[in-house]
Amino acid sequence: MVNKELANKRSIFKVNKLNLWYGDDHALKDLDFEMKENNVSAIIGPSGCGKSTFIKTLNRMVELIPSVRTSGEILFNGKNIFDNSFRVEELRTRVGMVFQKPNPFPKSIFENVVYGAKIHGITRKSHLMEIAEASLRSAALWDEVKDRLNDNAYGLSGGQQQRLCIARSIAIQPEVLLMDEPTSALDPIATAKIEELIIELKKEYTIVIVTHSMQQAARISDETAFFLMGELIEKGDTKGIFTTPKDKRTEDYITGRFG
Amino acid sequence: MENQTNVRGIIKKNLANDKGRFVENLMPRVFLVAASISILTTIGIVLTLILDAYKFFSQVPLREIFSTKLAPLSANPSFGILPIINGTIITSFIAMCVAIPVGLTAAIYLSEFASDKVRRIVKPIMEVLAGIPTIVYGFFAYSFVTPLLLLLIPNLEAKNALSPGIVMGIMIIPLVASLSEDAMNSVPNALREGALALGATKLEVALKVIVPAGFSGILASFILGISRAIGETMIVAIASGSSKNFTFDITQSMQTMTAYIVEFTSGDAGSGTLGYYSLYAVGLLLFSFTLFMNLIAQYILKRFREEY
Amino acid sequence: MSCEIEHKGTFNTLLNINKIKKNLTRRIMIDKIATMIFFGSTLFALLVLGILIYRIFTQSIGWLDLQFLTSTLSIFPEKAGILGAIIGSFLLMIIVAPVTIVLGVATAIYLEEYASKSKFQSFVKMNISNLAGVPSVIFGLLGLTVFGRLLNLGSSILAGGLTMSLLVLPIVVVAAQEAVRAVPGFLRDASYAMGASRWTTIRKVVLPVALPGILTGSILALSRAIGETAPLVVLGIPALILRIPTGFMDNFTALPIQIYYWTLDAVLTREYANLAAATIVALMVMLAMMNSIAIIIRNKFQKRY
Repeated sequence: MVNKELANKRSIFKVNKLNLWYGDDHALKDLDFEMKENNVSAIIGPSGCGKSTFIKTLNRMVELIPSVRTSGEILFNGKNIFDNSFRVEELRTRVGMVFQKPNPFPKSIFENVVYGAKIHGITRKSHLMEIAEASLRSAALWDEVKDRLNDNAYGLSGGQQQRLCIARSIAIQPEVLLMDEPTSALDPIATAKIEELIIELKKEYTIVIVTHSMQQAARISDETAFFLMGELIEKGDTKGIFTTPKDKRTEDYITGRFG
Repeated sequence: MENQTNVRGIIKKNLANDKGRFVENLMPRVFLVAASISILTTIGIVLTLILDAYKFFSQVPLREIFSTKLAPLSANPSFGILPIINGTIITSFIAMCVAIPVGLTAAIYLSEFASDKVRRIVKPIMEVLAGIPTIVYGFFAYSFVTPLLLLLIPNLEAKNALSPGIVMGIMIIPLVASLSEDAMNSVPNALREGALALGATKLEVALKVIVPAGFSGILASFILGISRAIGETMIVAIASGSSKNFTFDITQSMQTMTAYIVEFTSGDAGSGTLGYYSLYAVGLLLFSFTLFMNLIAQYILKRFREEY
Repeated sequence: MSCEIEHKGTFNTLLNINKIKKNLTRRIMIDKIATMIFFGSTLFALLVLGILIYRIFTQSIGWLDLQFLTSTLSIFPEKAGILGAIIGSFLLMIIVAPVTIVLGVATAIYLEEYASKSKFQSFVKMNISNLAGVPSVIFGLLGLTVFGRLLNLGSSILAGGLTMSLLVLPIVVVAAQEAVRAVPGFLRDASYAMGASRWTTIRKVVLPVALPGILTGSILALSRAIGETAPLVVLGIPALILRIPTGFMDNFTALPIQIYYWTLDAVLTREYANLAAATIVALMVMLAMMNSIAIIIRNKFQKRY
């Protein structure tokens, strides 16, 4: 039933034979991957397995590291993101990212949220205000900060900072949100809030989340992929992966035999 | 929902704008031009010095250059360089006799003995000492140190090599102290603790462990200090006078290379005269000396960094 | 068996407790004396600073007054003032500040953001550290040849300002480089992930965060420039200017030049030493103000993330 529903959805990302090297280090090996619209895909695996590298490839952030080489293709809405005609700036406005550690700018809460809008040419104050309120509401932060929008973002708690970063990302209305272990620096209560938020955001965005918590993957994702040493071992709907994994290595990992 | 389409639309339009891409490609070039200025400065210095120094060297025989008679403005001018080289070496030597012992012991004290509180007070004062313009030190040498020395050495001339030498040494103390302290601070604590655990006193640790371990950094600080002394101008120009005698008597006035340049340009060396070109010859020599010492110091520091 | 006994024997002679005790008191005493000597030499540096400030201050008493600060030069020591020199130094800074900050920051950005870890970067870095060690009098010769004669700027404020700018540029570059490098990578990542270009990221994120460090370094460079004398002397900047400069092409005099010539002339007229001292106090007050501003900026903006 679930599978059928998935099959009908439009494909947002399609990764074909993706390879990535850091210098001589072969970090991603022959990856094939497909991501459907308005889905939450979780990527799990032991640390160093390439899961972070993989999602940083989806918005080409990985190329900020010198000596990175890639081969293969990543189709985003049918267009290869490695094509010269596809500007990396455009890709990143359509594929937003939330990082492991909350990283707001040392500016006011307002300036943080409207950063993307401002640098991409939206200057009218009323527009910016509208965007700030809408994004902060979507990130479930509006009620907490509406009276202190001009305060420095570093006065917020860690969980609030992370939700601010989510608000900042969705302010420019991307189609996809990449999340790189977004709750690993947060306490359980803040984590629960973010997870709630992700389930809410799924209605409008396609979400890819890297996590080392299998419970988190099970709680919020529709699909789960298991990475090991740069390879995609197994991918399928979350329930299936956690109840009847096909690969022995996946089973070992989720039952805690290694990792 | 209307607002939402709006946002994407503006972003898309903005990204398609070629002006942004143009600026994006232009900026690194603008910055590259700025970064080249420092290289152009070096090239400018070298060319300036070599071109005009060449005019000097092509007209003055080597025999004359390596003589002790310097009289650029006399009716029968002579351009012996030895008096001002001698003056430079003697004043720099006096300076290092002050700066090395005081600077090094102060560094040992700050690195190995002083409490954090003392360090917090002393280091900013050292910075102030390092930030005082050299013209002020020159005035201090002439109006205070020379009269003070006159009480001890009655036959001291009003302008002499001793007083500016000492003051130059004082000026260099902060340089030697802070660089040596850096060198000692970067000696791993394990060495310190190891020696202390064997029952060594702090002094023994400092002299037998820390100073030898940080020796290359300390040596580099000495060399940089000497380079500073050679290049220092105003203190010697004021307090050492302009006598072009070739002498080893530190109670007498003698001129350094830097003071020669300052005296001559502020005097009446018309462009195109041999005296004018001699400035560049002296400048070239000075530049080569200091560059050589700085390169040695950098080489030592680089090797020293690789040790830990 | 016999070998072991022998070992024990040597060990005992080595560890002669009485000898060690006696030795120890001596070593501790040497340690105490040495500490005192080391402390003494540190104190020496502080003492010199105290004497220097005290001497110059007392010599300036009676000479440093409002009349001194607001009059122009005169051949009568009682009527002489440093207004022209103050304005000259000020105009000099008006050239040095923008030139060095723009060039210094642009160089630093190129080295850290565009040419990071390249051969060009290490070449420029080596070049800059060598330039920083070139005696200031050599910069005077460069200025005299290039700005004074080649570009025909003579002894104008512009010639002096450009020469000074080249002299202190390495200080600003090094300070700006450190400030830019200290901007955490996660802030850059946040900006790039929003689709910002490199230049936008530099303009909107890197420079604002690095600004306090850049300003502090620039002020320190300016305070070096304002006290620097030798290059100006080589450029032929005179002390005998009776007219106050109004434009950047005018001839001028500056505070350190005034100090220099008054000190030289003190051989002839004793009062000139007092005038020099008074001018030094004025210069040092300016330096103290600039340094205080730098410290305030540094403390106010220290690490907010």
